[in-house]
Amino acid sequence: MRHLSKEQIRQQLKNKTVGIAGAGGLGSNCAVALARAGVGKLVIADFDVVSRDNLDRQYYFLYHVGQKKVYSLKEIIAGIDPSVTVEIHDLMLDKNNIPLLFRSCDVVVEAFDQAPMKQMIAETMLEKLPGKFLVMGNGVAGFGGNNAIRTRQAGKIYICGDGESEISESLPPLAPRVGIVAGMQANQVLELLLK
Amino acid sequence: MKIKLNNREEQFEHNHLTVADLLDKKKFSFKMLVVKINNRLVKKQEYDKATISDGDEVSVIHLISGG
Repeated sequence: MRHLSKEQIRQQLKNKTVGIAGAGGLGSNCAVALARAGVGKLVIADFDVVSRDNLDRQYYFLYHVGQKKVYSLKEIIAGIDPSVTVEIHDLMLDKNNIPLLFRSCDVVVEAFDQAPMKQMIAETMLEKLPGKFLVMGNGVAGFGGNNAIRTRQAGKIYICGDGESEISESLPPLAPRVGIVAGMQANQVLELLLK
Repeated sequence: MKIKLNNREEQFEHNHLTVADLLDKKKFSFKMLVVKINNRLVKKQEYDKATISDGDEVSVIHLISGG
């Protein structure tokens, strides 16, 4: 573990930019953790609207229901630390816009819900932004199993989660495990940024 | 040949394997995969052609929904 003072950490993070691909359970919680830690700029992209169902694990409040997630998240972060620059993109990410939107980011966080989207961003990053770190969330559903949650590394890709618990009718995503993995992703980002 | 599969050493009788062979031998039947050989992406349509040789570092990432 690298030792740095709070002042040194904030000084270094101030000039960093982190991309957040998706503003659901993983993305909203991870973005808030990074903002609190002092990351200078976040680039957040999502097309979705906050629904009542999202409140069981995502960092939103009742009064956000019906609003676009990216605007709600920007407002939440402004309420925590207005010095964090939050660039938002209300759109569906794809293999064409990912390289443009996240070009200036030091690290990108994958925070999608669906496996095909996770695959798409991993392939796009490997092909179009091969020098950039990607921190993914994979296997967050259900409850318990603390010690199964871990981080795997494959080159510049880091994969946080248990790697096997896929969401289903009988294995819903819940706040604790989603929050743990989002926190692990944010923690991995800090480790990469503070090297 | 000896390769590194997902950061672990693995030994195979063959001198070469295609990605499709490897997935079959390891019984990786998942649909959403990201495969890399020495950090180079191998797309699904290349699984039959892309070969793995002694000393290669191979990553097979199985992606699942939830987030």
